Amino acid sequence: MSFSVSAAVLPEDRADILSHSYQGGGIDITGPSILVRKGDDKTFSVYANHYVDNISSASIDVQVLGASRYSEERVEQSVGMDILHGKTIMSLGMTNSDENDYEASSYNFGISTDMFGDLTTITMGYAKGKDDIFRTQYVGGVRTRESGFHEEAIRQSYSIGLSQILSKNFVLSANFETITDEGYLNNPYRQYRFVSGSGDQYRTEVYPATRTSRAASIKMNYFLPYRAAIHYKQRVFADDWGIEANDSEVGYTHPFGEYLILELRYRLYSQTHADFYSDLHAEQSTQVLDFRARDKELSTFNSTTLGASISYEFAKNGWWIFDKASANIAYDYIKFEYEDFRDARVSLNDDTLVGNEPLYEFTANVMQLYISLWY
Amino acid sequence: MKKILMVQLLVLLSACAVEPWVQPYERANLADPIMSFSRDPISSSYRKHVYEAREGARGGEGSQGGGCGCN
Repeated sequence: MSFSVSAAVLPEDRADILSHSYQGGGIDITGPSILVRKGDDKTFSVYANHYVDNISSASIDVQVLGASRYSEERVEQSVGMDILHGKTIMSLGMTNSDENDYEASSYNFGISTDMFGDLTTITMGYAKGKDDIFRTQYVGGVRTRESGFHEEAIRQSYSIGLSQILSKNFVLSANFETITDEGYLNNPYRQYRFVSGSGDQYRTEVYPATRTSRAASIKMNYFLPYRAAIHYKQRVFADDWGIEANDSEVGYTHPFGEYLILELRYRLYSQTHADFYSDLHAEQSTQVLDFRARDKELSTFNSTTLGASISYEFAKNGWWIFDKASANIAYDYIKFEYEDFRDARVSLNDDTLVGNEPLYEFTANVMQLYISLWY
Repeated sequence: MKKILMVQLLVLLSACAVEPWVQPYERANLADPIMSFSRDPISSSYRKHVYEAREGARGGEGSQGGGCGCN
C-alpha cells in the first residue's frame, strides 16, 4: 500500500504496461507486466496485474552440478480491491504464481487510517500464502514433474506502518514486518558440498522446516527549495537462521521543464550468512536436524546498485480517453560480491585445491521500459 | 454525576483533535508526484522482486502484501 499525502484517497485510475529484462550471473529473465487499476473515485478501486518471467538459466549453481541451461516460464496474476470509508481504506488482494515446478497462492488484507489532522497514517497488514513445490526432470527432452515429489510450505506475514508528515516539505514512513514460513523451504535442486578425501562431494541440501524473520525500515522524502526531491531508505533485517542484513538507498528526483523527470539512485546491501551455511562443509549431514546449505543467497555478501530512470510525460492536456500519459525507461546496474561463496567451477576444471577457489562475484543489468496511462 | 463524567469525556476527546501543523493548503509540495514513495508501483514492485529473489532479507518495506512466487 503506497502512501499518499492523504491516505484516505484511493489510488489513481491508471494502466501500466511494462517490459522487464534482467541479465546477470548466467541468467536471462525477460517478460511483460500489465497493471490496470480502476475505481469510482469515492468508494472503491480495483486492480489486476499480469506478470510473466521468461527464464533462461545457466547460473553458477546449474554449472557446478553439471546440468545444462534450462528455460522456464513463471506467470503471476494478482487481483485486489481498496475500499474507502471515511478516513479509512481497507484492502483485499489475491496473488497466484505458476511455473512448471512451483505453484504459490496467497491472499492479503490491509487497513490504513488517517488521524491527527491527516498528518499521520497508520497501516496494518496480514498475508497468508501456500506454496506447492515440485521437482522436474527431462523425459524425452521435455521437463516433466517427478512423480512422488510434492512438498508444501505455508507463509504468513504481519506488518504495521506509520506515515508522518513532518513539515510542508518533509514526509517520513516507518514500517515493521514479521514473516513466518513453515514447511519445505529449500530449493529441491540445490546441493551442498562437503570435504571428501582430497576433493568434494555434493548432496541435496538439508534445511530447517521453519523460518521467522523481522524487518524494519524507515523512508524519508524531502522536497528541495527548487522542484526536486531527495529520498532516503534504511532497512534492518534479522531472522532465526542467523542472517542479519542492512540496506540503505539514497535517491534524487529532478524534473527538467514540463515533460522530463530524471531519477538517480544508489543502494548498498549487506548480509551475514545463515548458521547452517558453508561453502564447503566439513562432513556430510547424517540426520534430518543436521542442516546443510550452500545457497549463495544465504552466504555473507554485499551488493551495490547504481540506477537511473527517465520519465517523459506527454498528453498532459488529455488525449482520447486519457488524462495524461508517460513513457519511462529505468536501468539498474548491480554488483554482487560474495565473501564466503567460492567459484567451485574452477576446481572442476583445473587442479585448484577444493576450498581454495576464488570468491564468486557477478554483475547484473536490469532494464525496464514502460508506458503509463491515466484515465 | 453523569453530567460531570460526560463533560470530562468530552474534554478528553477534544484533546485528541490535534491542530495540524501543516495545513491542507500547505501540502502542494507533498502532493507533487516526485515526493511519492512509489511513483510507479509497477516499477517499484519489479525492482523489489529483483532484490528479494537474490537476497536473504525480505519484507519490512511497507509495500503491498502477498506472495512473490520468487522461490
